[in-house]
Amino acid sequence: MQCQLCGKRPAIVHFTEIVNNKKSEYHVCEKCAEERGYSVPLLKSKFSVGDLLAGMVDQTGVGEEGKVGRVQCPRCGLVYSSFRETGRLGCSECYTTFRTQLRPLLRRIHGSTKHVGKSPARDSVRAALRRELQRLHEEMQRAIEREEFESAAALRDKIRAMEGEDAPEVRGEETV
Amino acid sequence: MKLTLLARSLGRWLDGTGPSADIVLSTRVRLARNMKDVPFTHRAREEQLAMVYSSAVTAVRKTPPLSQSTALQMRDLTPLDRQFLVERHLISNDLADNAKLRGLLVIPDESVAVMVNEEDHLRLQALASGFQLRSAWEAVNAIDDELAQDLDYAFSDELGYLTACPTNAGTGMRASVLIHLPSLVLTKQIGRVLQGITQVGLAVRGFYGEGSQIMGNFFQISNQTTLGQSERETVDSLERVTRQIIDYETRARDELVKDARVQIEDKIWRAYGTLRHSRVISSQEVINLSSAVRFGVALNMEGLTDVPTLNEMLIRTQPAHLQLYTGREMEQRERNVVRADYVRGLLEGGGDDAVRSN
Repeated sequence: MQCQLCGKRPAIVHFTEIVNNKKSEYHVCEKCAEERGYSVPLLKSKFSVGDLLAGMVDQTGVGEEGKVGRVQCPRCGLVYSSFRETGRLGCSECYTTFRTQLRPLLRRIHGSTKHVGKSPARDSVRAALRRELQRLHEEMQRAIEREEFESAAALRDKIRAMEGEDAPEVRGEETV
Repeated sequence: MKLTLLARSLGRWLDGTGPSADIVLSTRVRLARNMKDVPFTHRAREEQLAMVYSSAVTAVRKTPPLSQSTALQMRDLTPLDRQFLVERHLISNDLADNAKLRGLLVIPDESVAVMVNEEDHLRLQALASGFQLRSAWEAVNAIDDELAQDLDYAFSDELGYLTACPTNAGTGMRASVLIHLPSLVLTKQIGRVLQGITQVGLAVRGFYGEGSQIMGNFFQISNQTTLGQSERETVDSLERVTRQIIDYETRARDELVKDARVQIEDKIWRAYGTLRHSRVISSQEVINLSSAVRFGVALNMEGLTDVPTLNEMLIRTQPAHLQLYTGREMEQRERNVVRADYVRGLLEGGGDDAVRSN
């Protein structure tokens, strides 16, 4: 669909206006929408890695850029210039290889370069705990069914102790 | 055919339950994960992708909520099947497009799924009906914990989970809500609200996520950043902002009703009338008209229909859904006729019969 206003560019902003109960539909292109002041924050919020990278290149200076572009990841063979084109890194090792270049980029994207969140090492511990708790629960249930209340009570205490110590972790909450 | 089962059922995330289900259609949380010793998907060789796939399937099948999952390899599916999965929000366009060894593991109720060899080796996702960020996060987190025991994830203490695109590095998490905001659109406050959203570090996208169009007053709101903030903090902040947007929408709705109740109701009933009686209807028209009816349901107007029916209409009238459901490929012209039949049947309370007798 072409823009209703300029008739040249494709219409990508679609909206309906109701004035005095009269409905009008508009299909306009980004440029006309902007000129008419129909706000299109959606389009603006679409940021591309390419843009961000272009911004970075300005900082590194033209001469240096050529050199940076040829830096290659020893593990997967990706050269930095190729990342700049596609916005995709080649392997986990690339993060180490291109560390210097990536740091300012990550800061721009995320406003931070430090991971705060879960880690696989802790995950495994947590998963094991979860399973152990599940097992104890089942065992307690069986003890109750067999009317072995003493061992059920012992199991209950054990579960409580485990949940008490590790509850936040088991529930997946942040402990950092 | 494996997909028949999915085509006949409707995911639990569409059942219209959960908090604020009249405004928030669904909640999704996905985690991006990669194997440490394999290049990212786009740089990996065929046999490496095969290895990722088989170790993913093995690990996923050991994970309690996913032990009964169906494994679908993209190359075994027809383009129509793949389109069906995109329409169902189970795979990305990217996964559907590519001829490489890619796959999807999904359980029948669709509440959790794993995409294999998409941009990242694994994309774990939890889908829930309504506004349920915490439980969706907990569901996907539990799966991730289990998988971490079997799979050697690419992870660094400094940068967290390492992903093909640096925009996902860190938590690798994208939490999102699919939210219906007709009053904010009608009162033209939406621009301001969306601007506010992007200013607090969240992103707004269309109905099918990244790169997709805004349709039927649906907006997908998600976190933009994945470093410097824990998963829990990210979920909490998205939850807070979403709650605020719901509040804005509710207030705009009240204003509208106060100023122009009859006009609003007229529009909604006309939309309903068209859906209820049309003989030829396009996908886009269903999306737009059902948005008006959804608005009416949110306004507690009696005699329309309910949220689950509208969800079913929204999903099942998409092109690939219609074709899988009727069991044959159809040109657009024929689809528009079958779609109209289906919609009429649905609003009469017997959608299944209407199509079968066709």
